[in-house]
Amino acid sequence: MLSSTAKNLYWMGRYLQRAKATARLIEATQRMALQSRGEEAAGVAAIFGMEDEFRQRQQQTAGRLATLIDFLVIDENNPSSIVSSIGAARRNAREERNNVTVDVWESLNGLWLELNGRLKDRNGVDRGALIESVKKQAVMIFGAAQVTLLRDEAYNFLQLGAFLERADNTARILDVKFHMLRPDGNPNAGVLDYFAWSELLACIGAVRTYRRIYRSALDPLKVAELMMLRRDVPRSVHHCLWMVDLNMRELADTYGTRGEADRLAGELHARLRYAKIDQVFKTGLKSFLGDVRRDVTTLSDEIGRQFLLD
Amino acid sequence: MILDPSVGVRRRHLPSFADSFAGEENVCFVGPSIACIVIREGVKRRMAVKAFDEMNSGVAEGVRAPYRGVAEWLAKTSPERVAATRHEVDLFYRRHGITFGAYGAAEGSETTIPFDIIPRVIAWDEWEHLRKGLEQRVRTLNAFLSDAYGEREICRAGIVPEHQVLMNAEFVAMAQGLQLPGGVHAHIAGIDLVRVGEKDFYVLEDNVRTPSGVSYVLENREVMMRLAPELFSAMRVLPVAHYTEELLATLRSVSFSDDAEPNVVLLTPGHFNSAYFEHAFLADEMGIELVEGSDLFVDEGRVYMRTPRGPQRVDVIYRRVDDGFLDPLAMRPDSWLGVAGLLGALRAGRVNIVNALGNGVADDKSTYTYVPEMVRFYLGEEPILSNVPTWRCDREDDFKYVLNRLPELVVKEIHGSGGKGMLVGPTSSKAEIEEFRAILTARPDNYIAQPTLALSTCPTFAGQGVAPRHVDLRPFVLSGRKITIIPGGLTRVALKEGSLVVNSSQGGGTKDTWVLAP
Repeated sequence: MLSSTAKNLYWMGRYLQRAKATARLIEATQRMALQSRGEEAAGVAAIFGMEDEFRQRQQQTAGRLATLIDFLVIDENNPSSIVSSIGAARRNAREERNNVTVDVWESLNGLWLELNGRLKDRNGVDRGALIESVKKQAVMIFGAAQVTLLRDEAYNFLQLGAFLERADNTARILDVKFHMLRPDGNPNAGVLDYFAWSELLACIGAVRTYRRIYRSALDPLKVAELMMLRRDVPRSVHHCLWMVDLNMRELADTYGTRGEADRLAGELHARLRYAKIDQVFKTGLKSFLGDVRRDVTTLSDEIGRQFLLD
Repeated sequence: MILDPSVGVRRRHLPSFADSFAGEENVCFVGPSIACIVIREGVKRRMAVKAFDEMNSGVAEGVRAPYRGVAEWLAKTSPERVAATRHEVDLFYRRHGITFGAYGAAEGSETTIPFDIIPRVIAWDEWEHLRKGLEQRVRTLNAFLSDAYGEREICRAGIVPEHQVLMNAEFVAMAQGLQLPGGVHAHIAGIDLVRVGEKDFYVLEDNVRTPSGVSYVLENREVMMRLAPELFSAMRVLPVAHYTEELLATLRSVSFSDDAEPNVVLLTPGHFNSAYFEHAFLADEMGIELVEGSDLFVDEGRVYMRTPRGPQRVDVIYRRVDDGFLDPLAMRPDSWLGVAGLLGALRAGRVNIVNALGNGVADDKSTYTYVPEMVRFYLGEEPILSNVPTWRCDREDDFKYVLNRLPELVVKEIHGSGGKGMLVGPTSSKAEIEEFRAILTARPDNYIAQPTLALSTCPTFAGQGVAPRHVDLRPFVLSGRKITIIPGGLTRVALKEGSLVVNSSQGGGTKDTWVLAP
């Protein structure tokens, strides 16, 4: 297999996951905005690391959240918007038409064609329907990949991309939203805003999951634990880094070599696996998540270096 | 009648030949780069020769023997069934991504090439004749290419002028003196043939650079077997599916290294290329990597591909990238499609490039006219397949003849392409002909002329029913340590009545081509 194939599948996984996470985040934020103070827009911009861009744009436009949503959903000049991400994932897949199955290609191409159709009338785009459709079909594309793709190195790279992106998404959401609600990082201080905390869980689709696991009232400490440390929650940082480590180990077995990327993946996985939530808050959630986010970025670079993706 | 291939040289044959094609109904002007069919309204009553119909011509009543099965099938198949089938075909092609995207077309605008479900049938003995002729022609072209980049014996013998080779725009000086495995330069050749009579086939054009279209040969057969299995049980058709296996064997057989399993890759310009799906299809079928220039690099005179495992050595590159773009260090410095240092690795005998560089000297319009003489020179044989008779206006006698016959000839620029700078006599006005006469007289050495030919026709679904439509044929000839030709080739069909071309880029269609078992 060529490095360019590995690279395309890796980025297809990342972009598809990015589009899906963005769709879910926007949906949760919109619901939240219906019932609260209106800080959501700035918070969402922060999650994407785009506070500055957003503030610049905001000066020229009146609507706050609506503007941001357009920026994140249909703006083709924003390389991380949903439309741009799906376009990029499709380009990656198109270059690897002989390395993905017809099912994967058709579902991804179908979504892309649908988005293009919806965007023909830019002013009349039904944002809600578009977001709903991206959420649903992204799940179907990942499903098609899981059910139909050959389990070879190419599959490992697709998984690596998707899970690294997802780990990063969840870590960012938790970091930004938690510290908006608890600027001092203390989980127990202040009044509990029920809607705000359930919205945070909704960003990773885990409101019911929380109930099932804890069978208790919303507790910021437990919300953080669920999103970071629970191995059984498929969007938790721990789960994602576990999957990253697993795929790295399969690649190491296939190639018979190990490098810095393998070490870092193993170390990150172990860090999340053996962390205790009390301990995390003692040393500070902000610095813990900051380290994880930085190391996830480093790991992505190391994967590029180790497998000649660049 | 099989015409003497040197008819363009031996003057005495010419008038009768040209006369026999003057004033017919379906007139086809053929030449190495364009085959266009023009209907001349108003000349029907003077019609002397009709285009040869491969199903009906030459038999008093009914059907030529090879087409009996097809005729019976047509008689008992309802139009509704046919309409439904044609819809299925389109779906099949789209689903499998057998699409054709022209350069400049917006993303996602790929279209399929129309497929006509009535097969084109060739009898075993007809094919044997063609096969022998094709083998002879390709052996000759390979001998010529070895010679052109070697000692140029044929120039010293005064048969092909040296400037024809050295001053040719397609001549690649870097390829001079290369000793290629097996002496093969044209590993994959697409020879375009047209038929004008029961036994008359002409070579319209040799393609020995990067001929395309073979994926349609294979997919068309797949489609036919799915859509009309009953036809296959009624007729014994020779299979074509082994093409990719033969291609891989051919590619492996021309590796410089004696590695038992040389590493072969297919180099594509990328997915914006109109033939990208063919590249992906062939790589897939052969189980080899489909690479772009950026996937390869040269180190210490060897070519490697980048893989997550580390660099993997490459022995043979089946390239679908044009000469000029192969190596930015040696050819066009602005090329992003090639690999820096590739030609150095080739010259060092570390990697073979298929087809070889500089093959364009063997397949352009002017070299074409020398091929029959080349057959005699290199093989000491008489050519089995004829050229379309061609007059070279740089020869005085030819030039005089052409000037006298302008209204019935096609005159073309030697280095022109795409129908530019040419005169199509029978469809031009008097004024246009006179205008062209002046241009031609100023630079006769820049032009060749050919007669108007009536391409054979095959029954084809057109609109509501079946009607004869013009066809040509491109068989694919593989040359490695041996020559292999899969039976048949790509039949292109001009789907619409009226003025039109068979080129896939211009709206022509394709048919499955059946060679019947003996």
